[in-house]
Amino acid sequence: MTRTNRATEIEQRLQAPLAAVLSPRRTITAAAEHLAARPDHELDIVIHRAISLANTNAELGYQFVQHAIEALDAMRLADVLAWAEQAVELYDQDGLFAATSFLERPERFADEVLNRANAASFDDTCGMLSIYINGLAGRRLALDIAEHAFTDTETIFLPRRISRFEDSKLNRQLYKATASFLWAQAWYGTFRLDANHRTLEQRLAAYDNPRNARDLFDALETIRINACVARDLPGLYRDWQRLQTLTGPVDYPTHWSGIIARLQRPQASMETTFELLPEVINDEVPLALCYQGVLMPGQVAQTMALRMEKDKAALQTSLAEIARNAVPSVASEDTQQPIDTEALRFEVRVTAKPDAPGEFDIQLSLGGQALGIPPELEALLQSILQDLGGFPTEYLVPAGDNDYDPQAIAAEIDADSESGLGPATYYPEWDHQRHQYRKDWCALREQEVEPDPAPFVNETLKKYHGELHHLRKAFEALRGENQLKKRQPDGDDIDFDAVVQAMTDLSLGLEMPPQLFTQLHRHERNIAVMFMVDMSGSTKGWVNDAERESLVLLCQALEILGDRYAIYGFSGMTRKRCELYRIKTFEEPYSKLVEHRITGIKAQDYTRMGVTIRHLSKLLNEIDARTKLLITLSDGKPDDFDGYRGDYGIEDTRQALIEAKRQGIHSFCITIDDEARDYLPHMYGAVNYTIIDDVRKLPVKVADIYRRLTL
Amino acid sequence: MSQAHTLPVDEYRITEEPYYRPLGKEIEIFLAAHKNRLPILLKGPTGCGKTRFMEHMAWRLQLPLITVACHDDLTAADLVGRYLITSGETVWIDGPLARAVRSGAICYLDEVVEARKDTTVVIHPLADDRRVLPIEKNGELLRAPDSFCLAISYNPGYQSVLKDLKTSTRQRFVAIEFEYPQPELECEIVSAESGIAPDTAEKLVRFAGMTRNLKDSGLEEGASTRLLVHAAKLMASGIEPAEACRSAIAESLTDDPEMLEAVNELSASLF
Ligand SMILES: Nc1ncnc2c1ncn2[C@@H]1O[C@H](COP(=O)(O)OP(=O)(O)O)[C@@H](O)[C@H]1O
Ligand SMILES: [Mg+2]
Repeated sequence: MTRTNRATEIEQRLQAPLAAVLSPRRTITAAAEHLAARPDHELDIVIHRAISLANTNAELGYQFVQHAIEALDAMRLADVLAWAEQAVELYDQDGLFAATSFLERPERFADEVLNRANAASFDDTCGMLSIYINGLAGRRLALDIAEHAFTDTETIFLPRRISRFEDSKLNRQLYKATASFLWAQAWYGTFRLDANHRTLEQRLAAYDNPRNARDLFDALETIRINACVARDLPGLYRDWQRLQTLTGPVDYPTHWSGIIARLQRPQASMETTFELLPEVINDEVPLALCYQGVLMPGQVAQTMALRMEKDKAALQTSLAEIARNAVPSVASEDTQQPIDTEALRFEVRVTAKPDAPGEFDIQLSLGGQALGIPPELEALLQSILQDLGGFPTEYLVPAGDNDYDPQAIAAEIDADSESGLGPATYYPEWDHQRHQYRKDWCALREQEVEPDPAPFVNETLKKYHGELHHLRKAFEALRGENQLKKRQPDGDDIDFDAVVQAMTDLSLGLEMPPQLFTQLHRHERNIAVMFMVDMSGSTKGWVNDAERESLVLLCQALEILGDRYAIYGFSGMTRKRCELYRIKTFEEPYSKLVEHRITGIKAQDYTRMGVTIRHLSKLLNEIDARTKLLITLSDGKPDDFDGYRGDYGIEDTRQALIEAKRQGIHSFCITIDDEARDYLPHMYGAVNYTIIDDVRKLPVKVADIYRRLTL
Repeated sequence: MSQAHTLPVDEYRITEEPYYRPLGKEIEIFLAAHKNRLPILLKGPTGCGKTRFMEHMAWRLQLPLITVACHDDLTAADLVGRYLITSGETVWIDGPLARAVRSGAICYLDEVVEARKDTTVVIHPLADDRRVLPIEKNGELLRAPDSFCLAISYNPGYQSVLKDLKTSTRQRFVAIEFEYPQPELECEIVSAESGIAPDTAEKLVRFAGMTRNLKDSGLEEGASTRLLVHAAKLMASGIEPAEACRSAIAESLTDDPEMLEAVNELSASLF
């Protein structure tokens, strides 16, 4: 029986019990189709349960059927039945609405009731998995949650949780198996266009029953892909098999044996699968493997169409650039002259890498001259190759000046919205969900704080007169001097006093002491510190005053120490307008102007911390100092207008701090946010922050914290 | 004070040919630079064969090879030399650099940017056409014989801007760029170094490629040829491949638990 037939049968069996709530616009056709892929014994139990629920109330039965497939994906069969039972109890106690809302969210039940120990969740697995998948090969794939596992060739979609097995380790492995299988579909060319650029969807549409054809194609492709992976990644294949053995074997019709053998040959491709499809088109669709996911040719076609458009334009643009650089005379000197088209002809040669299965060497040449391929272009060429299996000639035509160039247009639009802001420096941002940087995502501009001649600094110095006295003393004690250590066992120079003494000892028949050298100990405080001051809107009022006072006292202390320091304020609105306000640069001496800028610090907009940290780390790195510190004064967690909040902002900030650490910068955060205890340890590490609960204490504390940090 | 003592350099002679598989024209370039008394800069990530290359070249040129691993406490005196006092006499002892100059050997300063800035300055007069080493402490001016060769190495990948090689230093050297070898060559090297079968070596090299794919996903550096050789040697001694990759490669690349699990899964998938 084909899967479509099974689906029809399911629909028929449920028709009568659910009749009261069904209508032409309210059917169970889609649900029945999904259920048809499940094994017989599960299916029978589900249908039985649906009928018994429907006997209580037809709507209950209907909702159960609609959500049964999600439930089956998220839980073991026994738990699915418990879920149905609880729905009936709710119905009895709280009525239909309570019960149907409950049935609409099977994943909640899975979350709450299910033994958490045995399920694996997307959230817990995706970090590791996305690294794993990106390590394998090919185009970068993102991971995301969907009801069913499938890929559109850019994202691998996986269920929110998997609890098919009793053991959570096995469920985690099933995540890996499913994700890697979907990766393999993309990598081994399941979705590659044919010679006439037809998509998989279009080719399947040529069959009488495209759905059935798709399922059979899927079954055959799965056999082929299993064979590819068994060859190239035998360890992974063993994991797949282990899971499948636990789930139960899949039987293929006997006349498939020759077909299977052909699909397993190394030279088999997705074209082989298509050649063989007519031979099985009337057979029943075998059960799906436990890690197989579903095939969504429609989604793939959409994604590919968009990408190919983009890739083609991007390739043409970079070829145009290469051409310009390679043939400068053509572009600059004499535009009247017809361009030698032969000299501008690009060619691509693709050769399989003998030792890396599925991978290809791409060589690019212009007018017969081989060209070096920069990494970004290489990725682009590989992406096109993965979709098309080659390079159509129209792809190799460099973009002309008048041609449609989406990149240039996009750049112009961007420039428009930022016009008048001056040139920006672009920084990446870390997207923790995709486990990947967004390139050139934030536009950052430096500007100066408007100086304010109000007598704020003097007032502050008066206000903290007593504290300042102590501060100064404490900091003077820190000031180091060079010291020549004498009588060392080893050193740069000879300690002549010691030698003279030693000679005397020797002449007296005493043993000569080995401490005859001098060593220069540099107690030099080789420190550069960058202060990064929150100027977001939330600091308005008390916090802003406290920050400014802190800076006044800090400058006093730092001038005593002679440490090099810079002060920048940060704020901004969206990724396109990240702003940094210069208060004092490293080169600039402390002056009246600096004092006026400190006075002029005002609360502005939002807090986008990652980009700020990246930029300030760069500045800090240009300074030659043994110890480098980045100290943040802030009143809250990272937050910006365009989605830079919650985990996203925290993770990007954390990533920026990790980058800084790799460059040898020590980061420290001083904050006045009560809730900071929740996220600061994650962002800065447990010892690299301080929370000050009383704003009024901030000014004195900041200087003291700095002293302790650099003891 | 007495005359200078120079320790013999014969112990630095390499008598057996060190295995080195050329990746490009580096041997020819080195020989030509040496012939013209030009100093040499080896650029490239750690573990890609720079040290081995130097050993090989020293053997080829039949010159002693004196290697100094630079670190941030390395002083000029550590390189040039200092006085020692033995049995009532002060004796000047050459540092490795002075020894190499005096004896016309090859001096290889590994990871030179790790050394303090004032230290790198002492090599400047050796690196231009003066080819001299002034020893301030005892007033000597050493002239390098023709066979003397100064080579330094530097990894442009992971050093901070601060540790970047100064242009004034860099511009004195003939630069030879090293990369991880192409897959076929890397297989050849790994199996030659460890004795494991070529098809196993090939899998290791593919694994290295996977870790090198992860540079944008949070791994600082991918597996180097050196780490592959280590894993291969463990395997040749009977350690299971996945275990060997874990101990010799994954654990030395990262401490991050997620990254570690993913990297271990990658190697387990291959074998
Ligand atoms: N081209 C090569 N020929 C032979 N062995 C190599 C080559 N490249 C790397 N190796 C192997 O890798 C190891 C590490 O190389 P090494 O020279 O120590 O790296 P580096 O000095 O660049 O950090 C060597 O011991 C050797 O086993
Ligand atoms: Mg080395």
